[in-house]
Amino acid sequence: MQTANPSQASPNARKTSIDQWWLLVFAVIALIVILVIAQPNPYQRILIFVQDGVWVTLRTTMISFVLVLILGLVVALARLSKLWLLRGIFTIYVEIIRGIPVLVQLLFWYFAFPPIIQNLGTSLNSPALINYKADPNFMAILGLTICYAAYMSEVYRAGIQSIPKGQMEAARSLGMTYFQAMRYVILPQAIRVILPPVGNEFITLLKDTSLISVVAVSDLTRRGREFMASNFIPIQPWIMVSLLYLVMTLISARVVHYIEQKTKIER
Amino acid sequence: MTSEPIIHIENVHKRFGNVHALRGVNLDVYKGEVIVIIGPSGSGKSTLLRCINRLEEFDEGRIVVDGIPLDTAANINAVRTEVGMVFQQFNLFPHLTVLENILLAQRIVRKRSKEEATRIALDLLHKVGIPDKAHNYPIQLSGGQQQRVAIARALAMNPKIMLFDEPTSALDPEMIQEVLDVMLALAREGMTMVVVSHEMGFARAAAHRAILMDDGQIVEEAPPDVLFSNPKQERTKAFLSKVLH
Repeated sequence: MQTANPSQASPNARKTSIDQWWLLVFAVIALIVILVIAQPNPYQRILIFVQDGVWVTLRTTMISFVLVLILGLVVALARLSKLWLLRGIFTIYVEIIRGIPVLVQLLFWYFAFPPIIQNLGTSLNSPALINYKADPNFMAILGLTICYAAYMSEVYRAGIQSIPKGQMEAARSLGMTYFQAMRYVILPQAIRVILPPVGNEFITLLKDTSLISVVAVSDLTRRGREFMASNFIPIQPWIMVSLLYLVMTLISARVVHYIEQKTKIER
Repeated sequence: MTSEPIIHIENVHKRFGNVHALRGVNLDVYKGEVIVIIGPSGSGKSTLLRCINRLEEFDEGRIVVDGIPLDTAANINAVRTEVGMVFQQFNLFPHLTVLENILLAQRIVRKRSKEEATRIALDLLHKVGIPDKAHNYPIQLSGGQQQRVAIARALAMNPKIMLFDEPTSALDPEMIQEVLDVMLALAREGMTMVVVSHEMGFARAAAHRAILMDDGQIVEEAPPDVLFSNPKQERTKAFLSKVLH
């Protein structure tokens, strides 16, 4: 990746490297277009077949990410709390989640969680719980959110802790409450620090949504596999699926980079 | 001076793990008084100052500020709005302009309108001598200017008491006087001030009492002229011989 990004020394060099990165995005898009035009069979057919999967992948990523941003902050604040019980509970949550593969967590939520609820319903004699059925899309978003919120909380925590202690003290000495100080003094500064790792989390989450294909969600990856299975062609679907992921991740990386530059200039 | 102290400190103890930072400190500060606290580093003077607005919790004893005991969270916040604090490292908010630094707490704590808060802020910037820096960011100011903004920010809350924690220790020598001048003017207006500082000139000019702390205790207190030129305690003499020249 670094080879396309030569010298960062002079502003001019940086400007060219930005253009080169966009060039890469356009090259990937152009490649998709060329493949579709030059060989409509199978590439155009694949593209039409998997396009709803692209939408599912993007929707899952966006919804999960918004929830991750909110829940991650809550977890981070709880872990920085003075109340040991609160801190303890969320520290255990983060440690457990980080120690279990995402795929296993998704399998748990989809396969194991519904029967647990149903069994609970049987013992509580509650028809609503006995008839509980898991919606794959909901379970996928739930699983990704719970997992990534644990990762994100560590990003937030590092960002908050990177702000000098004197900032909180100055805010508190002016009579602000803890949450006012967080809201107006600490977080606005921390956000600038954590923007690059938050952007990376977004891109990693986008790629990890491919795992939800194994829990009955018709995302891009699953649609690719379905096309392969019904048409008996193993190569072209994965070329097209890879290119589509690449477009999404490369554009995301550009957007993150752009926001980073913008907040830097404001300083 | 009235008979009721505005700050009442009674037998306060503070431990950091094994370190016994404050060992039973008693001190009364009266309205309009200026107190200067000196002492070697690690003597507990900053810790004592930070206990007054409860930035530091204490383990034993009692502190009452303007009739409010420092016990519940609500009381602590009430005290903090009455007590302004100026830090060694200024602690301005770097993501806000000078004006925004002075507006923030006025708006969200004092709930003042934007117009009123801005008027107060600009008046104070005028008072501390940097009216032209309102729209600059802290990083664009010199240390002395930053510290004067920090004083203005604290004053904007209309505190009854101002605490200064080594306000000139992080400054280049040529910038110390401009900060001390602002503090002197404040003292002459009758502000109650507790100042941790080794600026003897300021102490002589402004302080009613000087206090020497060592090893978590108040060793000696006297008017600054008496304490500096004619100390009674050996520890005071030993400390002053290192500081004065």
